[in-house]
Amino acid sequence: MSLAENTIEATRDGVEAPLLEVTNLKMYFPVTSGIVFQRKVADVKAVDNVSFTINKGETLGLVGESGCGKTTTGRCLLQLYKPTEGEVKFNGQDVTKLSNSDMRQMRREMQVIFQDPYGSLNPRMTCGDIVGEPLKVHKLTNSKGEYRDRVSELLTTVGLSTYMSDRYPHEFSGGQRQRIGIARALAVNPSFIVCDEPVSALDVSIQAQVINLLEDLQQEFGLTYLFIAHDLSVVKHISDRIAVMYLGHIVEVADRNELYDNPLHPYTRALLSAVPIPDPVMEADRERIILTGDVPSPMSPPDGCVFHTRCPVGDDDCEIEMPELREVTPGHWVACIKVEGYGDPGF
Amino acid sequence: MAALLEVKNLKTHFFTADGVVKAVDGISYDVAEGEVVGIVGESGCGKSVGAMSIMRLVASPPGRIVEGEVLFEGENLVEMDDKEMREIRGNRIAMVFQEPMTSLNPVLTIGRQLTETLELHQNMSKNEARDRAAELLSMVGIPDANQRLDDYPHQFSGGMRQRVMIAMALSCNPKLIIADEPTTALDVTIQAQILELMQDLSEKLGTALIIITHNLGVVARYADRVLVMYAGKIIETASAVELYKNPKHPYTLALLNSVPRLDSSEGRVRLDAIDGLPPDLGNLPGGCCFAPRCRFAAESCLEEDPRLREIESGHNSACFRVEQIEELSSVSVKT
Repeated sequence: MSLAENTIEATRDGVEAPLLEVTNLKMYFPVTSGIVFQRKVADVKAVDNVSFTINKGETLGLVGESGCGKTTTGRCLLQLYKPTEGEVKFNGQDVTKLSNSDMRQMRREMQVIFQDPYGSLNPRMTCGDIVGEPLKVHKLTNSKGEYRDRVSELLTTVGLSTYMSDRYPHEFSGGQRQRIGIARALAVNPSFIVCDEPVSALDVSIQAQVINLLEDLQQEFGLTYLFIAHDLSVVKHISDRIAVMYLGHIVEVADRNELYDNPLHPYTRALLSAVPIPDPVMEADRERIILTGDVPSPMSPPDGCVFHTRCPVGDDDCEIEMPELREVTPGHWVACIKVEGYGDPGF
Repeated sequence: MAALLEVKNLKTHFFTADGVVKAVDGISYDVAEGEVVGIVGESGCGKSVGAMSIMRLVASPPGRIVEGEVLFEGENLVEMDDKEMREIRGNRIAMVFQEPMTSLNPVLTIGRQLTETLELHQNMSKNEARDRAAELLSMVGIPDANQRLDDYPHQFSGGMRQRVMIAMALSCNPKLIIADEPTTALDVTIQAQILELMQDLSEKLGTALIIITHNLGVVARYADRVLVMYAGKIIETASAVELYKNPKHPYTLALLNSVPRLDSSEGRVRLDAIDGLPPDLGNLPGGCCFAPRCRFAAESCLEEDPRLREIESGHNSACFRVEQIEELSSVSVKT
């Protein structure tokens, strides 16, 4: 049994507390009007009351459509946005209360891989400088030789050649650039990495290479991932547990197989049925739930359950209040009053 | 069914400062009336340029159709002059582009953009065109069509804009619609809406459809026949059912194996990634273009370029070693 699997077992037995604990996280962006005297006219509720935990060595997948707040959630964890409300506990310490310099120290433990391999690398820095910058910032190497060795080691770890360290980002392909981004995240030996759509911008045949790399690194270094993506097939492949987001809320959390075999929330069902499977014979018999309409604007989310405007099973009861996330069967959490076993909505 | 569109040995090359880029290098296929054909391939494999060549929309210079014929209802589009071509575009062949955000003119109302084609090609009066435009919008499922005609593109969401693009494509009752990555920029639930809509409409109106995509799942459900492209060439063609069940080219096989699937119940197995990168179209390797990444490649594959040949009825593949693939892949699974 590998190290990663070991730690998962340990947490399941309740020996270890979760690595990351997010409680009632809210991120509202103010919408202002006026040029000189700006006044707030509304809030964009990008993330609204989100709670979840991630265990050590685990991969939590976060899926949802564009604009549902999954990237904002990831950024709030790293304090790249200052959350409006809520707690983010990493190893028991609330990172929202840390000072900037303490937070910089904390970022040695928490890193991020961005979606866009074109926009997230400085075009004027060489690949070696990009990967080595975190080493300099955190003063992790003592001599120039040690620095060079560490950069080479990092490049080799992610499957790039050492001689590439003098090249500039534009000389690399998309997949290779994503590898540079991964090497940069690994430079500080983090224990937790937010992977924000790391393969969405890549071609199909390259996606598999990067996914395999991420899995190998997790095994090797015992990493914990928050894997954000909109592609459900990819998320299913890489995650241990999956959280589904809709309009700033988490509507369902379950183990990977449980979620796919037994989706409970009507949104999750529709989302799963909309993903095409590369097999015409299976596709022909598949039931498809086509949702009507578009996602409402997060500036004026609907009253009650945020999904009720598009929900195939919603009725008047759903317009009262957003249901809380409840554990319906062990490990399977859902926020829908229409789900069997949810119980009294309490409003 | 008679062939509506016949593409014969089409070659579109780009003449750049760094040499000739063979974006489309000798592709041949046909599309029957009312048929839905899927063209699959990774970015840069020439699938979009191939479609643009049919519409004669490749920017020239640097691009030029250097060889081949595109026969549409018996007429060769490659030899037409601009005026004749204008009669075809938007009228008998229509196109739906990938980017619903940028392919609509932001300073014109939706109504104006829809009526433009109608007035131009169908000689309708302003009022007739407006009525028809409203009808088209409601046909693609946009509520309050009459009022929305006066809205500008920014007032529509991505999915709605793509519906407008489809309405526009349908406006002159074309025989053929070419949809270039119609759903790539959209979310999954919206993607399902749009694909379902396109299929319904093409069935109802008898329009042939070419769907260009990189998503193997999209074509599985909607296409009758699938063409797989790699490095400017068609490397495999077959009916959709046959292609997914029984792929006959190592690239198709590898592509199908490399995507994680929603329906696999196995635990976390390693993905079967394809090594290396797609080749540089300006500097293609000799021999089979997939050989450097192919796990079944033999020496002979590096020397000669395989032609597309019929393996089984209706199933073509451009691979010398097709017959051995089954045998070889079972071996590689064991090891």
